[in-house]
Amino acid sequence: MAIDFLYPQYEVIRNRDRCITCRACERQCANKVHHYDVDFERMESDESKCVDCHRCVSLCPTRALKIVKTNHTFRENANWQGETIMEVYRQAGTGGTLLSSMGNPKDFPVYWDKMLINASQVTNPSIDPLREPMEIRTYLGKKPGKIERDENGKIIPNLSPRLKLEVPVMFSAMSYGSISYNAHESLARASKEMGTFYNTGEGGLHEDFYQWGNNTIVQVASGRFGVQKDYLDAGAAIEIKIGQGAKPGIGGHLPGAKVAPDISRTRMIPEGTDAISPAPHHDIYSIEDLRQLVFSLKEATAYQKPVIVKISAVHNVAAIASGIARSGADIIAIDGYRGGTGAAPTRIRDNVGIPIELALAAVDQRLRDEGIRDNVSVVVGGSIRNSADIVKAIALGADAVYIATSALMALGCHLCRTCQNGLCNWGIATQRPELVKRLNPDIGSKRLVNLLTAWSHEIREMMGGMGINSIEALRGNRLMLRGIGLNEKELEILGIKHAGE
Amino acid sequence: MKYVIIGNATAAIGCVEGIRTIDKKGEIVIISSEPHFTYGRPLISYLLLGKTTEDKMNYRPLDFYEKMGVTPMLGRTVTRIDKDAKAVVLENGETVSYDKLAICTGSRPFVPPMEGLDTVENQTPFMTLDHAHHLRDMLGTEKDKNVLIIGAGLIGLKCAEGISGLAKSITIVDMAPRILPNVLDEYGSAYIQKFLESKGMAFFLGDSVAKFSTPTHAVFKSGYEMDFDVLVVAVGVRPNTQLAEEIGCEVNRGILVNDHSETCVPDVYAAGDCTVSHDISADVDRILAILPNAYLQGETAGMNMAGGNHSFAKACPMNASGFLGLHMITCGSYDGEEYVVKTADTYKKLVTRDNHLVGFILIGEVDRGGIYTSLVREQIPLDTIDFELIRERPQLMAFSKPERMAKLSTAH
Amino acid sequence: MKRVYVNEKWCLGCHLCEYYCAFANSGKSDMVKALKDHKIAPRIKIEERDNISFAVSCRHCEEPLCVKGCISGALSRVNGVISIDSDKCVGCYTCILSCPYGALSTSTSGAVQKCELCVKNADGTPQCVAGCPNKAIVFEER
Repeated sequence: MAIDFLYPQYEVIRNRDRCITCRACERQCANKVHHYDVDFERMESDESKCVDCHRCVSLCPTRALKIVKTNHTFRENANWQGETIMEVYRQAGTGGTLLSSMGNPKDFPVYWDKMLINASQVTNPSIDPLREPMEIRTYLGKKPGKIERDENGKIIPNLSPRLKLEVPVMFSAMSYGSISYNAHESLARASKEMGTFYNTGEGGLHEDFYQWGNNTIVQVASGRFGVQKDYLDAGAAIEIKIGQGAKPGIGGHLPGAKVAPDISRTRMIPEGTDAISPAPHHDIYSIEDLRQLVFSLKEATAYQKPVIVKISAVHNVAAIASGIARSGADIIAIDGYRGGTGAAPTRIRDNVGIPIELALAAVDQRLRDEGIRDNVSVVVGGSIRNSADIVKAIALGADAVYIATSALMALGCHLCRTCQNGLCNWGIATQRPELVKRLNPDIGSKRLVNLLTAWSHEIREMMGGMGINSIEALRGNRLMLRGIGLNEKELEILGIKHAGE
Repeated sequence: MKYVIIGNATAAIGCVEGIRTIDKKGEIVIISSEPHFTYGRPLISYLLLGKTTEDKMNYRPLDFYEKMGVTPMLGRTVTRIDKDAKAVVLENGETVSYDKLAICTGSRPFVPPMEGLDTVENQTPFMTLDHAHHLRDMLGTEKDKNVLIIGAGLIGLKCAEGISGLAKSITIVDMAPRILPNVLDEYGSAYIQKFLESKGMAFFLGDSVAKFSTPTHAVFKSGYEMDFDVLVVAVGVRPNTQLAEEIGCEVNRGILVNDHSETCVPDVYAAGDCTVSHDISADVDRILAILPNAYLQGETAGMNMAGGNHSFAKACPMNASGFLGLHMITCGSYDGEEYVVKTADTYKKLVTRDNHLVGFILIGEVDRGGIYTSLVREQIPLDTIDFELIRERPQLMAFSKPERMAKLSTAH
Repeated sequence: MKRVYVNEKWCLGCHLCEYYCAFANSGKSDMVKALKDHKIAPRIKIEERDNISFAVSCRHCEEPLCVKGCISGALSRVNGVISIDSDKCVGCYTCILSCPYGALSTSTSGAVQKCELCVKNADGTPQCVAGCPNKAIVFEER
């Protein structure tokens, strides 16, 4: 119907002078944008199918392609913007919930970019990380309040199980199902090489990946997919997922079409059936219930593995974190509203949750105020974009960070945000074998290692600049941060001074 | 160790290279009655055709003898072998001793008796560079000579192709009822014949020259008569086995050798067109006067002469040939079940027997035909590959995944 | 010796290796100039069927049947690389008949053509490998 016609958002610009009709674009586009016209003897494109993933642009050997945003426009209206109008048309046509993927793209403030990092001058000299030791190794877990000794004065080793991170960065939960086998293998191999961890998400652990168990965090989510004794034993830590930054308060839905044989086996559900994760855990309605699950899992794994509780950053996150810190969990993971997803209702993704920066500051302060900060480690995610974000997060009180979107970008993701279609041209958010093979884990893992290596260099550089040679000394050191362009309330929540103060 | 090789063509060069894979130092002597640096013998037709020139016909780089430590004795003829003294005797009585001897004497033109042939002044066989020179001299540059070629085998037809731009007319006569009877099947023969006729060549098959009534006039058995200026006798070849025979090597048309290229006389090896090979595609012993076979046999001889233990047991007929732009490749035997595809420009025939590809003909479209050859040579059971796929066109896709991996992901 | 090896597991069937090969052997400095409006005749070729694809080029065999069967001496093994002297080649196609991989092909010049590991161009780095987006072809010792 004419009323349903939506002008394509992107246009494929092909420089015909440069196009050699090699047809790589055609072969590489799962959305079938490009085709070779035998009559015209040239490439043509159907831009209505383009998701702006840049696969064709990246592979074009003569740089003959670029994608531009269309300048087709509605009459300007600050209130009724083009995208909003089109969403109405789409829903009026289909009657369905709008779906989106990756993180909240809206123009909300990015607090990381409103904080500046200190550097030493004269009185406390900066440190050259290329000459001096610079410690960024991080342990996650409970820290004992005091040293206990036996009658002979020997220290009683009463440390709880911990995670040892050579870099204060872990790969956050992405399930096998939402991302491909090869994406998982890339994450697993990079984790091992870098001495850190990746996370199964709620999709279970494919049997091939048990070999990387020492670098795997196994998740227990509301659907309990793939949870069994071997699975829990395989991981280095267990994460109870309560919420996810991209879609706080709702569950998940992996369509049956994506439940291929391998995924069905891994998730322990019948092939082709929808994998529905309920919104809540049906056995958790209180901190006490949570404590039961925490200890059930600890019991099941002989108290050998730290337990993480992951929540989305929501309004009263500090109080919730306080409860979790008392539940017996070893680590709290908080996911900000910019955290990504393979698919979420657009309205939820774009309107629910709070920024991770504010949530982190509030949680860290609350736990300190209550004297229980050392009960738990705090890990934050939900759009950590670079090493400066990491330094700022640690200065705000985080022990380590989770990254996912940037990890996927290292694997090739161009943030086209159409994961929900399952046609990822980069072989990441897809289960189609011909697309999955596009991500060679030899390349993927190397690129992830490169990213973390680069970031750890930069973290050391920034720490050295501040005259700090141990990440322990940066943690919660909010004096190292100053706000810029922030109001009093924001500064108060962040617990930092304004630049110039 | 001293090696003597009689001959200077493909098998002899293969022999030198075979020796040098094992023995880098031993003395090697090549004795050849032809005075030329080793040259690609089949190139003589391409020389006339203009596709190559004499300075490019060297079969190996010009420093080959020097680099390989070979003493070439060119233009010298071995008249006999003294196996007791382990020496060869040259035309002037000189002797050259050997520890190991390779006989790579090739073959010579076979000329059947024809009445009046000896009266024909302008005639030549077509096997050597000297023959090509002679032929070119006889033809001159005026393109005004009528040429009669006796023999429609490969030599005769390659000669015809070679002189197609130099002769006024070319007539080919053969006793056999079709051209290239040893290379092609009936359809293939007819196909090539038609093509060559379209290029102006005239064929008289199942016919022969009854007599030369004058030095430039031939009378055919069929009664047809024609004048000609130049005669090429390319009826066939006979292996040069005499030297071997004299010292007691077993000979049955060609010299008999085992798969190590050894004759029955100790320290005497033989390789190339002068020998009999075992054709694996037809499971018969025959003379396989083809170049790749000569090289591989020669190389085998060389390696074994130098103390190696190498066998060559994958001989089969194989020919690649082209006539004025029409290419054909063939391999193996045509006795079996047939799969045939004919188009206006191509002809394909695959012959299978007992779960194996035993032979094929490709005319017009020859791309990747070597994959078929490998099926014949390696005797690949067809039920281990996707034969329906590979018969459409040669491709590695037809092999199993592990086999593909072995081919493409390991060193060969 | 380093050779080009193929791992079909990672081959996307994008055919870019063919284009990078054709460019590298074109003698031109710009890919557009080299390949625009040309039908390419690369020395590496993709075989594909259903979802399987892989590149095939010369294996540079230790015991090269093509070299051993070459009637003109145009094919030779130079430091392990099977090279062709296209000046000497007369286009008899005995090598095409001999190669078990189907790695030599005809060309418009009449001479056969084959992969020479880019030793005669592109500083000896095989451009098919350099241009492969997924490491489905690699250049290494094995």
